Amino acid sequence: MPFPFFILKITIFLSECMENLDRLKEEALAKVAASTALQDLETLRVNYLGKKGEITALLKTLGKLSSDERPKAGALINEVKAEVADSINAKKEALESAAMAELLASECVDVTLPGRMQAVGGLHPVTKTIERITDFFTSLGFRSVEGPEIEDDYHNFEALNIPSHHPARAMHDTFYINDNTVLRTHTSPVQVRTMEAEKPPMRIICPGRVYRCDSDLTHTPMFHQVEGLLIDKDISFADLKGIIESFLAVFFEKENLAVRFRPSYFPFTEPSAEVDIACVMCDGKGCRVCSHTGWLEILGCGMVHPNVLTCSNIDPEEYTGFAFGLGVERMAMLRYGVNDLRLFFENDCRFLGQFAKA
Amino acid sequence: MKISENWLREWVNPSISTDDLVAQLTMAGLEVDAVEPVAKAFSGVVVAEIVGIEPHPDAEKLRVCQVSTGSSDNTQVVCGAKNARVGLKAPFAQVGAVLPEDFKIKKAKLRGVESFGMLCGASELGLEDQVDGLMELPQDAPVGDDFRIYLQLDDNIIDIDLTPNRGDCLSIRGVAREVGVLNQTEVNEVARAQNAVTIDTTFPVEIEAQADCPKYIGRVIEGVDVTQPTPLWMIEKLRRGGIRSIDPVVDITNYVLLELGQPMHAFDLDALQGGIVVRKAKANEKITLLDAQELTLSTDDLVIADHDKALALAGIMGGEGSGVSDKTTRLFLESAFFEPIAIAGRARGYGLHTDSSHRFERGVDFQLQERAIERATELILSIAGGEAGPLVVKDFTVKEPKKVLLKLPRVKQLLGFSLPKEAIVNMLEGLSIDVASSDEKLDCTIPSFRFDLAIEADLIEEIARIYGYDNLPTTQLKLPASFYPKSESEVSLMSLKQQLVALGYEEAINYSFISKDEQANFAEGDQIEVLNPISSDMSVMRQSLLPSLLKSVKHNINRQQTRVRLFESGRVYLPSAEGFQQDLRLGGIIYGTHSPEGWSNNTKVVDFFDVKGDVSALLSLMNLTCDFSPSEKQGLHPGQTASIEYNDQEIGFLGAIHPSIVKKLGLGQDAFVFELSLDILNKRALTEFSAISKFPSTRRDLAFIVSDDIQAGQLIQSVNESAGDYLTDCVLFDVYTGTGVEEGMKSLALGLIFQHPDKSLSDEEVQSTIDVVVSTLSQGYGATLRN
Repeated sequence: MPFPFFILKITIFLSECMENLDRLKEEALAKVAASTALQDLETLRVNYLGKKGEITALLKTLGKLSSDERPKAGALINEVKAEVADSINAKKEALESAAMAELLASECVDVTLPGRMQAVGGLHPVTKTIERITDFFTSLGFRSVEGPEIEDDYHNFEALNIPSHHPARAMHDTFYINDNTVLRTHTSPVQVRTMEAEKPPMRIICPGRVYRCDSDLTHTPMFHQVEGLLIDKDISFADLKGIIESFLAVFFEKENLAVRFRPSYFPFTEPSAEVDIACVMCDGKGCRVCSHTGWLEILGCGMVHPNVLTCSNIDPEEYTGFAFGLGVERMAMLRYGVNDLRLFFENDCRFLGQFAKA
Repeated sequence: MKISENWLREWVNPSISTDDLVAQLTMAGLEVDAVEPVAKAFSGVVVAEIVGIEPHPDAEKLRVCQVSTGSSDNTQVVCGAKNARVGLKAPFAQVGAVLPEDFKIKKAKLRGVESFGMLCGASELGLEDQVDGLMELPQDAPVGDDFRIYLQLDDNIIDIDLTPNRGDCLSIRGVAREVGVLNQTEVNEVARAQNAVTIDTTFPVEIEAQADCPKYIGRVIEGVDVTQPTPLWMIEKLRRGGIRSIDPVVDITNYVLLELGQPMHAFDLDALQGGIVVRKAKANEKITLLDAQELTLSTDDLVIADHDKALALAGIMGGEGSGVSDKTTRLFLESAFFEPIAIAGRARGYGLHTDSSHRFERGVDFQLQERAIERATELILSIAGGEAGPLVVKDFTVKEPKKVLLKLPRVKQLLGFSLPKEAIVNMLEGLSIDVASSDEKLDCTIPSFRFDLAIEADLIEEIARIYGYDNLPTTQLKLPASFYPKSESEVSLMSLKQQLVALGYEEAINYSFISKDEQANFAEGDQIEVLNPISSDMSVMRQSLLPSLLKSVKHNINRQQTRVRLFESGRVYLPSAEGFQQDLRLGGIIYGTHSPEGWSNNTKVVDFFDVKGDVSALLSLMNLTCDFSPSEKQGLHPGQTASIEYNDQEIGFLGAIHPSIVKKLGLGQDAFVFELSLDILNKRALTEFSAISKFPSTRRDLAFIVSDDIQAGQLIQSVNESAGDYLTDCVLFDVYTGTGVEEGMKSLALGLIFQHPDKSLSDEEVQSTIDVVVSTLSQGYGATLRN
C-alpha cells in the first residue's frame, strides 16, 4: 500500500497542527496583552484554555498522530497552554494591582482635616491643685476629710482657742448666718470635729471652701484651703519642718527649693510658724510677685495648741501634733502663673480651657 | 506699725545693716512688711534764712530774696512763695543741688532777675504731698547746715506687721527690747522722768468698773500754752510713725504712745464736771466721739465719764468737747490700764479701730502707767509749759506676777531636740523672764509686758524663736503604715468629674452665695441668708447649683462664646429642722451646638436627650440603674423635666431651663441642666459576674403603635416584665410619627434580644414569648403591631 502517502499525510497534519498552535499562541498572547479588564481575561482563558478552548482542542487532535510524534506534540501544546496561562495570570495581577492602586488613590483623605470628636473639657485649676496636695498627703497615710461650711461659732473659733473677744477674730472677717453661726473662715474646724469624733493617733487632710468678708484685687469672699493635722505620741516641730519641706519640694517639683520657717501666731498652734519658699517666679532673685524680697509666704503651721487638744479631750501631755493650712488659690496662682485671683471664680471658658491640656 | 529706724537705733544700736536688722526682725516673728526711706534722694540742700526781701521789678507774684547760708555773702533768689518773709528759715537748694526726680538746680534768670538756687517747700523735697509755700523751719535751725542731716532724713521707715500676740512690741521700746535680745545688745532706756509737783490741784477719780479698769492715773497740769509749736524732731518722729501733728499736747500723748506703748488721753479740765468716773455705759447712753460720730452705747461698753456725762469710750476714742482745744490752759492727763477683754471687740463692734484700742486689745503693760504719765508730763512742761499737780492713782491690779512652769523634757518633746539647761535659762532671762530652776523644772516669772506668755508651750516657742526657727532640726517623720478601707461600691467624685471632662464639660467653681433674684428662679420658701453680705449679689446661700451655673453661661455668652458646657460640684444649703442641711451635689449645664464647630460635625443644637445621655453616662459609670420620670421643678420647662430615681428615691433631676428664664437672661437659645445628689456616690452595687452563654442569641424587631401620651419607658418596662427570663436586652431603635401613623399616635420600634444560657432557643419558644409581650402591651397600653 502507498506507505509514503500515509507518511506524507501524517506529516502534513503535524505541521498543520503546529502552525495552528503557533497561530493560536500568538493570537492569545496578543489578546491578553491588549486586554484591559479582568472579565476579558477570564473570557480569553475560557476561549483558549478552557475545556472547550481552542488550544485545549488541539490536544484532542493528538490521537491522529503517530505514537512517536504524540508526546512531542502534546508537550508543545502544553507548553503553549502554560505560556498563555502565565501570561493571563501576570496580566491579571497587573490589572488587579492597578485596580487597587486606583481604588487607593480614589480613597485618599486629607489627614490634616480635624478628627470628629466631642471637645474635651477640663478640671478647674483649684481642683487640680487640691488633688495634687491631697495626693501627697494621702500617700503618707493621711485621710481626706470634709466638714460643714456653715459652721457654729464653737467649732470655728472657740474650740480653736479664739474666744469672742480675741483680736485674732479681726483677722477673720467673718460672714454670719446668725449670732452663733458663721460661714467657716478656715478649714480648721474640720480638725476639731475629727478630734472630737476619733481617738489619736490621727492623720487627716481637709480641703474645702472657706469664706471671709473681704473682696478686692487680692481677696475673694470665698476661697479654698487645705488643712492638715497629725496627732501622735512624740511628734515634734522638727517633724513638721520635715514634712512641710518635702511637700513643698514635691508640689513645686523643685528638689532643692529653699524653704524658711518664721515665728508667727495662730491662736490654735504654739509654736506657730509662717513658711516662705524661695520665689518660684524668680528663683529668689526678687521680682514683682515676691515684692522683691525673694520669698513667698506660702502656708501657716505649728504645733497644736494644748488648749485645742484639751478642748477635744486629748491629753496634751501624752499626745502632741502639728497642723498646717494653706491657700489653694495662691498655690495654683504660683504653679500656673495666674496673675488675677478673681479669674478663678468667673468661670470664663477661655480661662478654664487652658487647664484642660495640662 | 511704722517706726523710724533712727529712733529705734537711739534705743538700741547693734552694728548690723538695715537689711540685716529687717531680716532679723522678720525671722524673729516681727514680720517686716516694707522698708522705705524717709525722704527721697536729694542733695545740696541746706538750712537758710531770708535776710532781705524786695518786690520783683517785673512780676507781681515774684519776690527777690537775699538768702543767708551762714557765709559772709548772701545769695539772691527769686521766689514765688507767699510765706517768704525776712527772718524765715527754710530749706534752700543751692546751685548744683539735685532734688527728687533728678531735678537739677541751676543758675537762672526769672523775668530778668538772676536767681541762684531755690527756696523749697516740703513737697518739692518729696516730704509731703501738695503743701503750698516754703517749709518753715524752727528759729533755732542752724543756718548753713545740711538739711538732710539737720532733719535726720537719712532714715528708713520700717513697717512691722505684728501678730496679735505681740502687743508688747507696739512701741519703740518694745521693738528695741526685742532687738536687744536678738543681738545681745544693751538697750538705752529713756530715763524715767520725775517731775516736781508744783501745784496741789487734783481732780477726783472714781473707778466703778474695777475689773475692766484695774488702774487709772490722772494728773492736773495748769498754765499750759497749747499754741506753742511742737518741736520739729517730734513732728518728724510722729510723721515717720504715721501720725500727723495736731497740737503739742496731743502730739506728746501720741509720742509717748509710740515711744512707750501707753495710750493716753488729755482732757480740758475746764470742760469736766465734778470728777472722773470710770464706769459701764448706761443703756442707750449717747456719746459723740472726736470724729463727730454719735454712738448709742450698751451696758457692755466702758466709758470715762464725769459727773455729768460720758466723755470718752475708754481705751478707744475721746469724746467731742472734752478734749484739748487751742483755748485749753488746764489739762487733766489720763494714763490708764484697761483689761484687754474690756476693750477687745468693742471698737470693732462700732467699726472703730484706733491706735489706742489696737494696743489695749492686745494688752498694755500694767506697770507702765506711772512711767508714761511722768514722761508725758516732762515733755508737756518743757514744750508747752505749765505746772504739774500730784498724781491721783487708783490701782487694783493684782501684784502677783504671772508664773509658768517649764519642764525641760517638754522642750525636746515639742521641738525634737535638746538644749542645755543653761542655754535655755539664758534665753529666757534675756527676755526679762525670771527663772528659778530645780532639776528638770524651770519656774518662770513672766514680765508684766508679756501678755502672750501664759503656758509652757508659749515659753517653748520663745526658746525656738530666739534659737531661730531655721536653726531648729528637721526630721523625716517615720510614719507607721496606715490604710483606710475603701468600699468598692463608693465611686469617687473625681471619677465622675473625669467622665464629665471626657464629655466636654469644663469644671466651674462659683461662690456659694447668690442673689435673692437668682435663687428665686429655682427655689422658693425659706432660705439661708448671710447677715452681713459683701453685696446683695451674694446675700443668700444657694439651694441649687443651677443659678450660678446659668450665670456662668451668661458670662461666657457675653464674651462671644457660643457653645458652653460646664459642671460644678459643691454644696447647696437648705434650712432644716435640725439646722442647716449642706448637701453635696453635682450639677451641669449645656448650651449651644452638640459638637464643636467643624467641617463634618453635627451642627445640631443640644436638646433634652443630650443632657440625658450625659447623665446616663454618669449613672452607668456608677453601675446604677435609675428611673427617669416626668417631673416639674421650679425654673425648668414643665414638659422637659425628669426626676431621676434610684430605688424609688429621687437622686437628682434634669431638664430644660424654663423658656421664661431663657428669655429673661437673654440666652437666645435653650440651655439644659442636671443636678445629682452626691449621696449616691456610695450606692452602687458591686458587680456580680454572670456566665456568658455559648449559644446564639435571637433578635425580634417589633414596631408598636401607641397613643402619643404613652411613655416609651413604660412600654420598655412592660416588655422587660413580660418577656420572660431569656430576654437579655430590649433596644428602642426608632420613634416615628407622620405618614402611615394615625394623628395622635406614634410608632415605637423595639428590638428584643433573647438568649438562653444552656441551649439554642427555638423559633416556637421565641414566638410564644413575643405573643405574650404583644398581648401584654395591647392590654396595658392599647398597643398594636404596626404592619
